[in-house]
Order: sequence, then structure tokens, then C-alpha cells
Amino acid sequence: MFANFMPESVDYLRFLPEILLSVFGIVIMLLEALMPARAKRTSLGGVAFVAIVLAFLGNMWAASHPGPAFSNMIAVDSYGTFFRGLVLVVGALCILNSLGYMEREKAQSGEYYALILFSIVGQCVLATAADLLMVFIGLEISSIATYILAGYLRDDRRNNESALKYFLLGSFATAFLLYGIAWIYGLTGSTNLEQIRSALDQGSRSTLLAGLAAAFLFVGFAFKVSVVPFQIWAPDVYQGAASPVSAFMSAGPKAAAFAVFFRVFMVSFRPMNARWVWLVWGCALLTMIIGNFAALLQTNVKRMLGYSSIAHAGYVLVALAASSQIGIAAAMFYLAAYALMNIGAFAVVSHIAARNERFVRIEDLAGLGRREPVTAALLAIFVFSLIGVPLTGGFFGKFYVFQAALNSHLVWLTVIGLINSAIAAYYYLKIIVAIYMKDPGEAVEQLPPPAISLRIAIWASALGVLILGVFPGTLLSIATSSAAMFR
Amino acid sequence: MNLLGLVLFLPLIGFFVVLFAPRESKAPYYLALLATVATFLASLGLVAPATANGAQFSSVINTLWTNAPGMQIHFHLGVDGINIWLVLLTTFLLPIGVWISDSMIRERQKTFFALLLLFEFGLLGVFTALDLFVFYVFWEVALVPMYIMVGSWGKGLRGPAAVKFFVYTMFGSVLMLASILYLHSITGTFDYVELMNSLNTGAVTLLPSQQLLLFLGFFAAFAVKVPIFPLHTWLPNTYTQAPAPATFLLAAVMSKMGAYGLLRFCLTLTSSGAHTCAAWVNVLAIIGIIYGALLALVQTNIKRLIAYSSISHLGFIVLGIFTFRQQGADGAVYQMLAHGISTGALFVLAGYLEQRRGSLEISDFGGVANIAPGLSTAFMIALLASIGLPTLCNFVGEFLLLQGAALAKFSWAAWAAIGVVLSAAYMLWMYQRTFFGKVTEHSPRFTDLSLRDWAPLLPMIALMVWLGVYTQSFMPPISSATSRLLEQTNMNNQYQVLAKPAPMEVADVR
Repeated sequence: MFANFMPESVDYLRFLPEILLSVFGIVIMLLEALMPARAKRTSLGGVAFVAIVLAFLGNMWAASHPGPAFSNMIAVDSYGTFFRGLVLVVGALCILNSLGYMEREKAQSGEYYALILFSIVGQCVLATAADLLMVFIGLEISSIATYILAGYLRDDRRNNESALKYFLLGSFATAFLLYGIAWIYGLTGSTNLEQIRSALDQGSRSTLLAGLAAAFLFVGFAFKVSVVPFQIWAPDVYQGAASPVSAFMSAGPKAAAFAVFFRVFMVSFRPMNARWVWLVWGCALLTMIIGNFAALLQTNVKRMLGYSSIAHAGYVLVALAASSQIGIAAAMFYLAAYALMNIGAFAVVSHIAARNERFVRIEDLAGLGRREPVTAALLAIFVFSLIGVPLTGGFFGKFYVFQAALNSHLVWLTVIGLINSAIAAYYYLKIIVAIYMKDPGEAVEQLPPPAISLRIAIWASALGVLILGVFPGTLLSIATSSAAMFR
Repeated sequence: MNLLGLVLFLPLIGFFVVLFAPRESKAPYYLALLATVATFLASLGLVAPATANGAQFSSVINTLWTNAPGMQIHFHLGVDGINIWLVLLTTFLLPIGVWISDSMIRERQKTFFALLLLFEFGLLGVFTALDLFVFYVFWEVALVPMYIMVGSWGKGLRGPAAVKFFVYTMFGSVLMLASILYLHSITGTFDYVELMNSLNTGAVTLLPSQQLLLFLGFFAAFAVKVPIFPLHTWLPNTYTQAPAPATFLLAAVMSKMGAYGLLRFCLTLTSSGAHTCAAWVNVLAIIGIIYGALLALVQTNIKRLIAYSSISHLGFIVLGIFTFRQQGADGAVYQMLAHGISTGALFVLAGYLEQRRGSLEISDFGGVANIAPGLSTAFMIALLASIGLPTLCNFVGEFLLLQGAALAKFSWAAWAAIGVVLSAAYMLWMYQRTFFGKVTEHSPRFTDLSLRDWAPLLPMIALMVWLGVYTQSFMPPISSATSRLLEQTNMNNQYQVLAKPAPMEVADVR
């Protein structure tokens, strides 16, 4: 009997990305301890980058051996592989963003990169979790590392505020999640996603209690992906944290949390679909509206992007409300496009912000188009993608999401969502107005040229956004075939 | 890829080439001119196949864009007797836009020319798209460069004007996107020709209630773009604050996007919806005609006056489309061309006036005819064309439009005719105050038109006369295309299933 619990060797292969990242994270911390105190720490960022590249290759290798591992605790399938790949790309871009940023803030250190790696480990676990306990563990690994990252510049008051808020509210949400898991276990006798489904399928369980348990899980996930009414923390945290960290938080952990959110609801709670779909419908609507309208009033770019990330979470929820395979594929595509455009936008913002992030108001971007036309044009691509203008990834994302919603006959949600995206154009255009239609201000006048690593990150994100916008076919086929496993 | 592919992608190639041209030199200008002129010459080659049988699409491009399951998008383009002229209008006016930009745009020329080329790419795509998805993509692609041109090179409160323009259009176009998605969820395709054929054979039927919703979504986008009263409020600010070449292109070409969309998509895909709403739309169009004319009458700024006159003229086009009569539809297409040329010329001339005086307030002018007789003559010709003097272009269009309106409902024609009278009044009054009378402040910079200034005007004037005198070179293909289109409209409206469906498309003419 116990022999069943012994991992086979293929289990380790399926867990390879996580193993690689953890090992490299520890190695980086050891290396830092062994380095002379004065030595430059930039090379440790390089090591972390290499770790991510290796983990990406490991992910591909693992994908060629799909199946469950560690007695069904995780499952490598194309859906999980997609999200693992996504969070790894996010991590790589964020490391590129951070190299120059941490140099400028004189906060270059190994533990920062180690924490990013650990956070990605958690996200990879989330992407492939097949058991609610693994969901919990992955969420904790990812969140705890991210709490520290949010407060990483510990002499900065805003960083402290950001970390504290994120930590307190995040723990609160995790408690909900854990409570929900306990209920589910009590109801069904299992924490395995498939087994929960078959237990609920039999229909002998109290639907009221199952519904409540699902609601607890919903609250926990909704916190993590900043869905109304659990979005309050997001703007403060994104505004307070260092720009590369904000970019990371708004893309990686969010994508992973959405991955598991979809998986739990589309696998375990699929039998009671009719009950939770309206909850999601309402939350999606409110999230889009509140996120967009609050963003209209912002003058701080980071805060505005924070609210906009709430609104975008609302669009992804529309895909969940569709609760169909097309919806899942649309959400996968959307999250990939969103990650790229948001990281790109944050990267440009971190470049303009200068030391101690002095220049983070929208008007500080004024005149960027004259001083640095290339950076400005790339920022414009990100902004137009966030608006949803065709030939960018953001447009196709929105397009697929709303197509999925219409196919599930959510006509009004679609109409209101689309009108929302027109409202959103108004605040995004403030950025375009600033960079192209105003004369250069103080921030832009004294702007040093962007660091090479930052330039690579911005270019890579922009190319990604354009490729997703012009040739969406490849990624969409992957997403569609991955979504096909959700029956 | 055929000749149409070349016409479409030449501007895009030009865009990338100009982006990499050296900044502080004349190279971007010459490259942009080269690209636009080459596009024009190439587009001439489309005329013969498109006019041979105006009712069918020729030079068709049809390749798969994305092929994800449940989401096949075809890159499907083609020209028939209607849009061939709009394509030519675009390719003809763009070199003129580049030409006048050289002297009117002083700073960051390179970016401006790059945006002009991107704009042309978008426009050509809009006019030739035969797939609703592709149509939407180009619709937005044309919007972005124009937004940046207005916002970056405009005057005064250019930022707010540009944002208003963008957000207004965006509101309309997301509703159109909703309609396109809804249509796809009913029929499973974005392809216009396929949709037409399956509507003809009865393979797909759209219920009147569905058609109404679809119509309203499309109509929102087109009504903002035309613009139809009361959605016109973005127009005066945008036209006034925009730099002269951008205003020229906005009025001459971009305003045709909406009218073309109404004719091509609203009338055929959602004909029952269009019939249901026709009376309302026509009332709005007539309000627009009269209201625009009355406001033009009291303007003190020349550019603003022409902008309001544009609202009035475009009202005629909408009225013609929604009469569902042959004359009305023919007149609408003809008037799109005529308005493009005549109003385009007026805005070019307004740009010249502004260059010379640094202002466009009518009160700053007076006696211009004494100092600059050439400029005054050219302005007079364009103005007479615009108010519909026989032998010049607008007369033909307006005549047909009013005839169509009178056939549909006589009172519509009667009300709309007031607009014609008013247009003579405001135009001539403005001309009198600006060009006659005492010379105000004789500045040495106020010179008559140079040869360089004449260069873009002469072909435009020639076209005004050509369009006004020899209608036969343009009308037959238009008529055959519109009659096909109206046949489709009436058929769809009555839910008649054609026993033997006529094929919409001939084999690719390569």
C-alpha cells in the first residue's frame, strides 16, 4: 500500500520546472553569502534569468510526458504547461526590468532574484495543481514571496504600506480559501479536483453546503485576482510597490491565480455550474465598471494601471461567466496578452520614474514622444493594446472573450463590457496625450537612456503584443486544444 | 496576392520605410510622395476589371488569416462598382495630402508622413474589406493615426478635441463590434459574401428582432463617423483644431467611411432593421442638413463653416441611402466622390489662407481677391462645386439624391432642398466677406498661389468638371452595383428565397 506513495522517476520530470527554480533560488542565496560584500550583484540577476530559461526548457520537456505526478497531487497537462510557460515568461521579463531598476535604487541583491524565483515556483505549482491542498501550498509559496517583494525597498514608506496591506488582506483571503477547502473535504471526503467533481455529480450532497463551500473558495480566489468587491487592496499595493514588482504582481501571480480559479470552477464545481455562473456574472460586471470608472479619476500612472488591472480582471471573469471551452481558451489568450502589455507599460513607467520613483504622475510622461520617440512609440503600442485597438494582442483577447460570452448568450454582459472598453479608452488616452501632445517636462528632460536590459524587456513585450495581434492563430490553437480537456 | 494586395500594402510598406528614414532631411517627404503616387498608379489598374461588371467583386483576395477552431477569419477583400471609386478617391487625395503637408507641417515631418501612410492603409482596407472582422480591424487602424495627427499637430485645444474624436468613435465602433460578434454567433461566419449568399439561399435567416439589434449596433458606429445629428458634436472641434492636411483628409475621405458602411452593410445584412428605422434616420438626416446649414450660416471661422457645411452635405448622402431607391443610392455614391473632391479642395484652400494670414477668422480677412486673384478664383470654383452649380460635381449627386428622396416621399425632398438653398447663402456670404470688400492689413506674406500651390488644385478642379459634365464615365458601374445591392435589400427584407441564387463573386481576375 505504501509503495503507491513512492514517487516514480517520471514524477520528478513532471515537476522539473519547480525543482530547477527552487535549486537555483537556493544557489543564488548561497552565492550571495559567499560573494565579497562590495562585489556587484547584477550577475545574480543573470543567474536567475538562466534559471528561468532552463525552467522553461524543463517545462517543454515535462509537457512531452503529460500525466499526474506524486499520487495525483499535480497533473501536467497542456493547460498547466501553458500557464507555467506564461508565468516563466513573465518572470524573465520582470528580471530584465529589475536589473537596471535595482541598480538605480542601489538595492541590487541576490535575495530579490531568489524571491522572484520562489514566487514563480508557487505559480507553477498553482498552474499544475490537481488537488486543493496543492492549490493552497502553491498559493502560499507564491504569495509569501510576493509579500516580501512588495515591501522590498524597506526604507521606502510606500513599499512598507504596500507590503503590509497586501499581506494582511492576502492572509485574510487565504483563510477563506482554507476554510472552503475544509468544507469541501467534509462534504466530499476528498481534496482531489476530479474526485470532488464526481462526488458532486452524484448529487447526494447538500447543494446548499456545497454552494457555500464554493463561495468560500470564490472569495479566496477573487481576492487574489482583485475582483470586486475584493479589489480594494490592488491600487494601493500596485502604487506602493517598486514598479518592476508591480508589473510582476499584476501579471504573474494573477495569471496563476486565474489558472487555478478556472480549473477549480470548471472541473470541481462544473456540476453546479448554473448556481455560480450568476455570481460570476455579477462580479464581472461590477469589476469592469468599478475598475474603469475609478481609473478615470487617477493622476498617478501606477495607480491608474492598478485600477485598469482590476478592469481587465473583469474581462477575464466574463470568460469564466461564459463557462465554456471557448471561454477558457479566450481567458488563456487574454491573460497572455494582458501580461505582455501590462509588463511593457510598467517597464516604461519604471524608466521614466527616476530614482525613488519621483515621477509617476501622468503629466510626468509629457513630451516623451519628442525626447525618446522609440520608447514612446512602444508605450503607445502597449496603451493601444490595453484599449483594445486591432492588430494588438489586447484586441484579440477582448474579441475572443466577448465572442465566448455571446456564444453562451450573455448578450448584455457583452454589450456592457464593450461599452466599458470604450470608457477605458478615455483614461488610457491620457497617456497618449501626455507623450505625444505635450511639451517635455522635468521628468523627461533629464531622462537618461534606458538600460540595455530594460530595452530588451520593452522590445520583447511589444513584439509579443504585436505578434499576438497580427498572428493570433498559433497561441489560440494551443489555448483551444488545452481548453478541450475541460469537459 | 494580386494588384489589390499591392495597392493595399504599398502604403504599409511606405510606412515602415519612412519610419527608418533619416529624421532631419527631405527623405521622408519624397518617400511618402513616392509611396502614395505609386499606390495611386497601381489603383488605376483596378478600374478596368471593377467597372467591367460593377455588380461583382473583382481583384478578390481571399486567404485564411487565423484558423483557430470556431474562429475562422478570412482576409477577404475585393472591389466592385461602388468601392472602386472610394479607393480611387483615397489614392488620389493622399498624394495631395502629402504634397500640402510639406509646407503646412513644420515640425516632426517624418512621423507625420509615416502616420499619413498608415492612415491610407487603414482607409483602403475599410473600403475594400469583404469580411466583417477585417472591416472592423481596418476601421480602427484608420482611426489611430488620425487621432495622433489631430492631437500632436493641431492647434489650440487639440488634446481634448482629439480625445473626444477617439472616444466618440470608439463608442460607436464597440457597438459595431458587438453586432459583428452577435452576427457571428448566429451565422458562424464573418464573411460578407458568404453571408449574402446564405441569406439569398435561405440557409440563414435573421429574425426582424435580431436584425433590429444588429442594425442599431452597426448604425451607431457609422452614424458617429458620418456624422449624423445628434452624434456630430465631435466634428466641429476636431476639424477646427486639426492641422490643415488632417482636416483635408478627415473631410474628404474619412467621412465616407461611415456612409459607405451604411450602404454596404446596414442595407444588405440588416435590411429589415434598416427599413424599420428608415423614417427615423431620414428625419435625423434632414435635421442634420438644415441644422448644419443654419450653424454654418453663423460661423465666424472659415474652417468651422466648412465643417458644418460638411455635416449638411453628409446628411444628403444618408438621406439618399435610406430612400432605398436606385436614384438615391446612385446619388449617395456619386455625392461621396463629389463631396470628397469639392470639400477637399475647400479645406486645401482654407489651409493656404491660414498659412498666409495665420488665422481663419472671417473678420481677419477682406479683399483677398485684390491681393490674390488666383487663390480667389480657385476658391470660387471649389465653392460653386460645393453648393451644387450645374456642370460641377456636386450638382449631379444632389440632383439624384433629391430625386430619390422625392420618389420615396416628397416632403423629404422638399425639406432637404432647403439645405441646398442655405448652402448657397452661407458659402457666398462667407466668400463675400472674405474675398471682396476693403483690404485688411496688407501683409507682404500674403502672396498669391505659387505653382507649387496650384499643383494639387488643378487635378481636383479638373475632376470637379469631369464629374459634373461627363457622368457616364463613373455612373454605369455604380448603378449596376447599387441596383444589385438594392435588390439584395428588398429581397432580404421580404424574406424571399431566390430559387436560383446568383453568384456574388467572379473568379479572381489576376
